[in-house]
This record gives sequence, structure tokens and C-alpha cells, in this order.
Amino acid sequence: MADVLAFAEIRDGQVGKAARETVSAARTLANDLGGAVHVVALGGAGTAGAAGGLGEFGADRIMVAEDAAYELYQPDAATAAVVSTVKSGEYAAVLFPASAQGKDLAPRVAGRLGSGLATEVTAVATEGGSITVKRPMYAGKAIATLRFAAAPALMTVRANVFPAEERPGAGAVEQVPGIEGASRVRVTGFEASERDQLDVTEASVVVAGGRGMQDPENWTLLEDLVEALGDEATLGASRAVVDAGWRPHAEQVGQTGKTVSPNLYFAVGISGAIQHLAGMRTAKVIVAINRDADAPIFNVADYGVVGDLFEIVPALAEEVRRVRQDG
Amino acid sequence: MNTIVCIKRVPDSATRVKVDSDRTGLDPAGVKYTLNPYDEFALEEAIRRKEAAGAGTVTVIGLGPAATSETLRSALAMGADEAVLLSCEGSHDGLPVARALAAEIAGREFDLLLFGKQAIDDDNMQVPQMVAEMLGLPCASVVVGLEISGRDAVAKREVEGGHEIVEFTLPAVVSAQKGLNEPRLPNLKGIMAAKKKPLEEKDVTLEAPSLELVELEEPPAPAAGRIVGEGAGAVPELVAALRQEAKVL
Repeated sequence: MADVLAFAEIRDGQVGKAARETVSAARTLANDLGGAVHVVALGGAGTAGAAGGLGEFGADRIMVAEDAAYELYQPDAATAAVVSTVKSGEYAAVLFPASAQGKDLAPRVAGRLGSGLATEVTAVATEGGSITVKRPMYAGKAIATLRFAAAPALMTVRANVFPAEERPGAGAVEQVPGIEGASRVRVTGFEASERDQLDVTEASVVVAGGRGMQDPENWTLLEDLVEALGDEATLGASRAVVDAGWRPHAEQVGQTGKTVSPNLYFAVGISGAIQHLAGMRTAKVIVAINRDADAPIFNVADYGVVGDLFEIVPALAEEVRRVRQDG
Repeated sequence: MNTIVCIKRVPDSATRVKVDSDRTGLDPAGVKYTLNPYDEFALEEAIRRKEAAGAGTVTVIGLGPAATSETLRSALAMGADEAVLLSCEGSHDGLPVARALAAEIAGREFDLLLFGKQAIDDDNMQVPQMVAEMLGLPCASVVVGLEISGRDAVAKREVEGGHEIVEFTLPAVVSAQKGLNEPRLPNLKGIMAAKKKPLEEKDVTLEAPSLELVELEEPPAPAAGRIVGEGAGAVPELVAALRQEAKVL
């Protein structure tokens, strides 16, 4: 009862950061428990090749169900695949990414197995064979420590918290047969957002704008800063500007939006309402740019610049470009 | 169109969280409770569908302490027809809550079972899918668009970078995300009418949690940061600090 199972998210036929981070977190836990890391992946043609690369991140055994029907995430097939794998082994824990797929899938698996599930986990520890985790509650205004009463311990692991580390495992890939059982829902398509940008939960750099931006057209300034910061950067927004219809809800950071943990977070023209702070306080480095030196955002910021954002942001984009070019 | 909407009473999002002396719960002093914001979208969707169909009932079910009846009353004021309180202390763990809800719902006839995508207190985001599995029903989570024609439904589910299109037949479970609709505020007429609507109270006993809550703690206070300077003139120093001190650029 020491092995750990990881669900490897496949999106657009690719193994991404979510899968690598989940497998890495599983490797760390399996090392503590003295067990192996097994991986389940579902996807279209070529998935076995893509998932095989997870051996470098600690996977010992990689079970792949390849079928054209799985080119898009299919919740019922994924549930059946994970459940049957769990039942065929003796797993101490099952890890999923806290991504759209993982957050949809893990509760289905937990409901079918009757197992406990901790979501958005930020730390995992073992003590005397039992597994404890830490996870935020109240959008991060409190941190809970939870101990699983029984195996398997199901959890979704938060993005950007468990770094993807190269620690080779056996990496044996095997094809598993198609999944039996009817699908209750069919995912029939994917509509990309109008703006092709990284999701705010996935980006390692977030440039978030608030009411201080004054007008939705002024977002060109933030878009330019995002561009200067590179491919790992994306836009975020405060609730005020989402509620005003200036920005889409998908960008909202905070208690009724998304909770993010990027390496670098720019809060531009955001005063720092408590429900916004809850969503971004775990960012590793926070930069606040605000006209009001007394704004609460400066209490959580590592670095602050007081003044007119319409002067500061373009200067910042220019300086970032300059230093990135100089290397 | 008969719908069931499961709701939760939660601390308002403006609440300053203070952990109690047992370090396993919130200090209730000064906490203002409200209907979970995501449940408002679920409830609004149910009421709109009933209004559009001109027939059917909207049943709200709330699991939690006795004060949840106030939250159920506000759901009745928005336009739900009847309410059920599953009276218990509640739990930090989704599994026993899902089991109790599934047991209550299993005997009921409905077309659509709606939830908010997550409650903003424990942030578990797991009960809707668990209940769907326990009842053997189709489920779409984090839904921002829902089209129903006859027994066929098409949902738009929010995912990274866009939306997934999910097709299923009723009865089904849907969890609502912000953007699904614009929830109404209860009006005076609704508030008056709600007083006469049925609210049934049942005592339930939750199973033991699958996860023991060892401790709840407040996150460490952020280390004091510094104001680098004022205006665009401070930018070179900021960028230098981000590169050399924080090493994030």
C-alpha cells in the first residue's frame, strides 16, 4: 500500500506542466512511502509517446488508453479508467492536477470509490504511514491541515506549487484497453477564447488591472507589459472591472474568481480588497503600482511604486524589454 | 421543468477570517453569513427555466446548522417554491455531505439538479460531481452556458483558454459558474411570499469524515515589503530588484 497513482492530463495531445507537476508530486510522496509511481493517461493517437516522457519526471509505470474518442477530455471514460486502475492496485494515494480537468475528474473518482478528496493541495507529508495535506480554505484566508482516515488519499495539487523535477523513474509504457461502460456526458468540442492567452492560474507571471485603469481601452498598456514579460505572462483582473464588464470573468483573481500562485504578480491600479488579496497572496513576488500610497495592496506587496500608472506601466514595459534583451 | 438546487450558507466574501481558539473553525464574532455566491447562479437558472416553461417547481435544499433556514428563506424570496433544511453541523469534508444530499435527493423526481460550482468557505469544489456519481447521473461542472431542448442538454464548461461543449440528457447534475446568468435580487413581494412557502426541517446525521481536520491556521502575515519609489523614475530600481533580489525576471 505504498504506490502512488498520478493522473496525467493530456491537452491538445500534449503533456504539459500540469502532468509533469502532478507526476513530480507523486514521486516525492512515493519516495516518502517507499513505493512506485504509476500514471494513467487518456488521449488520442500519439498519447503513448507524449506520456512516455513522464518517465523522466519519476513515473515507473505509465498506463495509456489511446483512442480517437479521447482527443478531448471525456469525464466518464477518465473516471472509469482511474477507478478501475485504483481497484486493480493497492494505492496509498491518487494525485490529480488542480486544473479544469483534474478538478472535474477527482470528485467523480472520489464519489465512485467512496474515498476522501482534498482539493488544491499545497503541501503533502507522511507520518507513520498516514498522509496529511495542507490546503487553503476561504480562498486562502485560512490554511487547513487534514489527515486522511483511509487509503487511497485522493488529492488535486495546485499549479506552480510542486515544481516539475527531473528524477527518472522506470518509465515503462503500456497500452491499456479501451474503457468499458457508457458515457453519460460527451465532450463534443472546444471553443477557444477570443484572446489566445495563457490562463491566469497557469501563468508564472500575472499582470492584473483594477479600477485604477479607468477605461477598458487602457488595457492595451497591460497587454504591452504582458508581451514584454514573455510567453509565461498573462492578464488578470479585479472583481470590480469584471463586474463592470471591462474584462472577462475568466481573468478574475479573488475569492469569487481564481486563486493564483505565480512567481510574479503585478497589481496595477488595484486597491487590494480583502477578497482580491485572498486570491493572490500566495504569489511568490507581488508588485503593486498605485496612485494611493495608503492602498491596502501595499501591505501585501513585496515591491511598491506609488504614482501614475499611465506613466509607470509604459516605462516598466520598456525597461523589462531592455533588460530581457540584454539577457 | 422540476429543478432541485442545493445551497450553502457561507461567510460573506468580505469576511476577515479569524481562526477560533480550538484552531479547527472560524471565530464567529462579526462574521456575516450569506447565500454562497455561486449558488445564486444555480438558483437563478432554476427560476428562469421554470418561468420560461410556465410550469414546474424549484426545490432548494440546504445542509447545515439551523441558521441555514434563513438562507433557504432568501432563496424562497428569489423565487424558489419550497425548501428543505437538512439540519446538522455540516462538515469540512465533501464526501459525507455528498452522501447525505444524495440520500435526500435519491427519492425525488426532477429534471435538473443544480449546485454552485463550489462553496466559498471550504472551497472543496467536489460535492456536485460526487452527488452525480452517487446518483448515477450525467454531470457537467463549472458551467457558464446551458441550452435545453426537450430532454437534450448542451452545456458550456469553463476550462483554461476557452470552453468545452458538453452534451447529455436529463435528468442531470450541473454546477454553475459566474457568467451563467445575472442573479436577481429578492424584491419585497418575493420576501413577503417567502414567509408562506413550505420549509421542511429534517435532522440528518453525517457519516464520519474521510479527512480529519487537524488544524486550521491563518496564513503567515506577508513579510513587510518596500516602496521602491514614486513615479516612472522608480522603474529602473524596481526592475533591478526583481532581477537581482527577487530573481523573478
